[in-house]
Amino acid sequence: MSVIRRIGFEIWDFVVGDDWINAVAVVAAFGLTAVLAGAGVTAWWVMPVAVPLLLWLSVRRVLRAR
Amino acid sequence: MSGAEIGLALSVFLACAVEAVEALTIVLAVGTTRSWSSALSGVGAATIVLCVVVAAVGPALTSLPIGVLRLIVGGLLLIFGIQWLRKAVLRASGLKALHDEAAEFDEQRAAARAAGAGGGSFDGYSFTLAFKGVLLEGLEVVFIVLTFGANQHHVGIAAIAAGVAVAAVVVLGLAARTPLARVPENTMKFAVGVMLSSFGMFWGTEGAGASWPGSDAALLVIVPAVALFSIGLVWLLRREQETAEMSTAVSAPAALVEPEEVRV
Repeated sequence: MSVIRRIGFEIWDFVVGDDWINAVAVVAAFGLTAVLAGAGVTAWWVMPVAVPLLLWLSVRRVLRAR
Repeated sequence: MSGAEIGLALSVFLACAVEAVEALTIVLAVGTTRSWSSALSGVGAATIVLCVVVAAVGPALTSLPIGVLRLIVGGLLLIFGIQWLRKAVLRASGLKALHDEAAEFDEQRAAARAAGAGGGSFDGYSFTLAFKGVLLEGLEVVFIVLTFGANQHHVGIAAIAAGVAVAAVVVLGLAARTPLARVPENTMKFAVGVMLSSFGMFWGTEGAGASWPGSDAALLVIVPAVALFSIGLVWLLRREQETAEMSTAVSAPAALVEPEEVRV
């Protein structure tokens, strides 16, 4: 069990890294894109707005944590 | 070769070269300090594990429907890319120490010397360190090759780009017998962060069901836009730092002068 947990932790750490908020926000932004596209609304603009914002917030979180 | 294929090959080459430089530093440090045979055994064992991962994950990825694949891969690349880009922006703006292969090499060698000598001809320390280093850096290479390659149905091009990058780094490293400190690693990481984020954004959006204006040509706008935004962020952070340093410099003499003024 501890081995499985450790592997799970390593995978989590490898993919998500030290900023899980960023990972959740990326999933939410793609979710919004999917919902808008499904409703027939133009949705390509969501990620170009979200990505710079997420990068900026991620940098700010690191600086605040210092 | 189309523009997207060149972008794929370039991104994979840069990412794999950076990872290979980091793995090489670890292997060189333990190899030159302790035991080459044990370190190379570690490299071999890690390579076998990586091959198993490719054999297991590769076909599973390529068998997914293209929409699902693009959404999953786009999401993973973007999460990964923003992490790379954040570190690169912090390094370029001077808020995080630059990655220094020479310092890393010295640190690894000191740790290798400090660790007790192993009994017998097999050195467990060298094996474990080389194994872990190659496996962890190699997993990132595998991840990038599979995601980029599977998404564009060009795993072959991605694998060739990765192979050329790793071979070039290994040949240069073995010829020099020192870490490749002159490789512009921080700049390369910045470029890789831009590419991962841009391709992640592009594929994820398409996987979510939206269409880019201009289709693939949108990448010609997305990549420069992400790069420009990141460079702008570096400039902004540097300015903030300079302003903070100036205000500290101004307030420090004022604090020294104040008691004098009170006395007068």
